[in-house]
Amino acid sequence: MQDILSFFYNHEQYIYIVVLMIFLGIEVIGRVPSVLHTPLMSGANAIHGVVIIGAIIVMGKAEPDNYAALILGFLAVILGTINVVGGFVVTDRMLEMFKKKKG
Amino acid sequence: MQKEILTVFYLVASVTFIVGLKMLSNPASARKGNLIAAGGMALAIFATIFLYQDESGKGLHNYGWIAGGLIIGSIVGVMTAKKVKMTAMPEMVSLFNGMGGACAALISIIEYHHYIGVLFADRPFIITEILLVSEGTIGYLIIMLLGVIIGSVSFAGSVIAWGKLNGKIKDFSFKGQHLVNILILLVILALSVYLLFNLSESTYLLFYLIFILSLAYGVLFVFPIGGADMPVVISLLNSFTGVAAACGGFLYNNKVMLTGGILVGAAGTLLTILMCKAMNRSLKNVLIGSFGTSATQTNNTTQSGGSYKEISVSDAAMAMNYANKVIIVPGYGLAVAQAQHICHELEKILEQRGVTVMYAIHPVAGRMPGHMNVLLAEADVSYDKLLEMELANDEFKSTDVVLVLGANDVVNPAAKNDPSSPIYGMPILEVEHAKLVVVNKRSMKPGYAGIENELFFQPKTSMLFGDAKGVLQQLVNEVKQL
Repeated sequence: MQDILSFFYNHEQYIYIVVLMIFLGIEVIGRVPSVLHTPLMSGANAIHGVVIIGAIIVMGKAEPDNYAALILGFLAVILGTINVVGGFVVTDRMLEMFKKKKG
Repeated sequence: MQKEILTVFYLVASVTFIVGLKMLSNPASARKGNLIAAGGMALAIFATIFLYQDESGKGLHNYGWIAGGLIIGSIVGVMTAKKVKMTAMPEMVSLFNGMGGACAALISIIEYHHYIGVLFADRPFIITEILLVSEGTIGYLIIMLLGVIIGSVSFAGSVIAWGKLNGKIKDFSFKGQHLVNILILLVILALSVYLLFNLSESTYLLFYLIFILSLAYGVLFVFPIGGADMPVVISLLNSFTGVAAACGGFLYNNKVMLTGGILVGAAGTLLTILMCKAMNRSLKNVLIGSFGTSATQTNNTTQSGGSYKEISVSDAAMAMNYANKVIIVPGYGLAVAQAQHICHELEKILEQRGVTVMYAIHPVAGRMPGHMNVLLAEADVSYDKLLEMELANDEFKSTDVVLVLGANDVVNPAAKNDPSSPIYGMPILEVEHAKLVVVNKRSMKPGYAGIENELFFQPKTSMLFGDAKGVLQQLVNEVKQL
């Protein structure tokens, strides 16, 4: 119990960020029209690709002779990059079509 | 200096995520919002590569590996995203989501290696400092467990959802499956709690058992859910991955990961609920009351639906040509046949003949909310011709011909008047108010919910069998000749 409490204490800022972000996330997309559900989901999908940063850190810290970490980390970087790059490109393709309607 | 600059970059990136998401929820600014978020992401990635320092001031190494991974990932990502057809968009999103989940799970696994290495120093693992910086190590263990569980459920679930949407995996459920699922979940939880308090050299391998069970749970969790509900499931898994990414933020004291992850987790959860609302179903209903089981029961009772009548292409063309108002109801059949362009052509020809043509868009027509809007926009259909459901339902009363193109469950009157129907309560397009309903389908096979549609047997309704693209082509030719 002490352990968990001290974890909270040591990460006070982070816990605050979590709580505020939950409200912000709900607030930000609260009034989205259903037309945009798919692109919005796709865009959010790309944003959680931020996990790639964790993969880069893992990779960059692994000792050059620790092959398990190197291989898994390498895989994580590839997967994370596909998530980010593919996610943003797909979203852009979807939204491109919405734009055309004006012309 | 480096560290301070990195902090500023991370702050900027976090802000772009929030602004980007905000702009994405408005049609006019959506595309720009996506680009802004992408720019922020690029900034965060490159800043991490070049500026990151750990607590002892050491930068990253293994640049070759990192660059290689980034390049391979980028090439694969761009290629698949560019190549995918508009109709296959939903499963693409699901697959990308799975990749993110797998990435998060892998990070947790690697960090667990490190953690174990630190705890039991005789093991040949690498000792990293970050994990022992804080005395609240049990907190880190919780975070790692959460990361691996949520990440692998999201990965396995997304892959199954992807397979289901592109037809590679069929619906599959067995008796008592929910019980098995709950049991697995309980075992995962119990093992996690046990591991938290009894971590030792003899128990540390349990972590990998939890990993495998989580993968199994992801598979079994998505398996019984009907294909029509996949968008909801993908959205839910999307928010899961967000949470998994946020776990990484805790592990590395990295605020941009935390912000991005939680933001997506919260927004994704709300989006999931909004999608459920569009179908007038609760999330619980989608996840537990899987379509498959209840549908087979109703199937038997409504099988004797009676007889339907067919209409020839020329008769349908005639009816539409001399109508005052025609409303087209597009569904997944249109998407599968890639018939949006020819559909637009038919619309133009009819308009030249003085017929008012509009489209009625059900919020969940196709495989994903907004799917039809995207497809029709691709074919240059004017935005103001698309009617949302409530508006369309007012219009049907004064409509001469409704042309249903490969839609089924969204026009099934059972949703209004048959309480035993699995889709009862879902708002539908009330096409039966029009004078004539022409339904284009490939066969009499039921739609995704697996239930009969009494609309097809009503006297007002005529069936026009065939692939949507072929039928529309014939209709265009016929109307031209009139």
